[in-house]
Amino acid sequence: MSTERPKKQISAQIDANLKRVFEEDLDQDLPDRFKDLLAQLKAQDGGSAAGGNK
Amino acid sequence: MTAPNPRDEIVEHLKPLRAFALSLTRNSAIADDMVQDTVVKAWTNIDKFKAGTNMRAWLFTILRNTYYSNRRKAKREVADVDGVMTNGMAEKPAHDGHLQLRDFRRCFVQLSDEQREALLLVGASGFSYEEAAGMCGVAVGTIKSRANRGRKRLAELMQINEDEAMEMTDRVTMAVVSASGASAA
Repeated sequence: MSTERPKKQISAQIDANLKRVFEEDLDQDLPDRFKDLLAQLKAQDGGSAAGGNK
Repeated sequence: MTAPNPRDEIVEHLKPLRAFALSLTRNSAIADDMVQDTVVKAWTNIDKFKAGTNMRAWLFTILRNTYYSNRRKAKREVADVDGVMTNGMAEKPAHDGHLQLRDFRRCFVQLSDEQREALLLVGASGFSYEEAAGMCGVAVGTIKSRANRGRKRLAELMQINEDEAMEMTDRVTMAVVSASGASAA
């Protein structure tokens, strides 16, 4: 009763799905908290990074 | 001219990093916390990053280590969340791309962490088996067999999924048929 599909085809389909799932997640906008976080880290760092305030 | 600060490069990898975290956890709150932890760790340990090596691989490695240490702490919370599994049940089986992807996600979360990770690194994010092995701290053959076992398991789960969907459709059809049959009688 089972319609066995060729193994290779299934494997290729799985990898294609994996990529699509991953790309779907990649397309999401980054939450602002990460921009804030980087800005905060940069500020804490003070002198060593570019900017030169203090 | 000052030497480029590798810290400035971190921002370019945030999206892939978050996608990796989302695929591992399927929970955006946990994923975002993990990305945040990773960024802070990378920032403070930037001296451990070897210039000229793959920054993304380095960040992914930090993230997966974060994931596993959180995991050990919290033991297994349900991987569902974001309603991936809960919503699924109400959907009727269909064969348009979007629902298929949802089905796929639902099957994917049932794999072991190791299998998901191998498939994500190699199958989805395009790292080589060698890179993935380095990131996970295991032999290349281990990554290969994890990925292959993961694919095999996914194929089984998708098949089960399809069979169940068919069965469900059959049952609904039967119900409709017998109901209309009854009213006709």
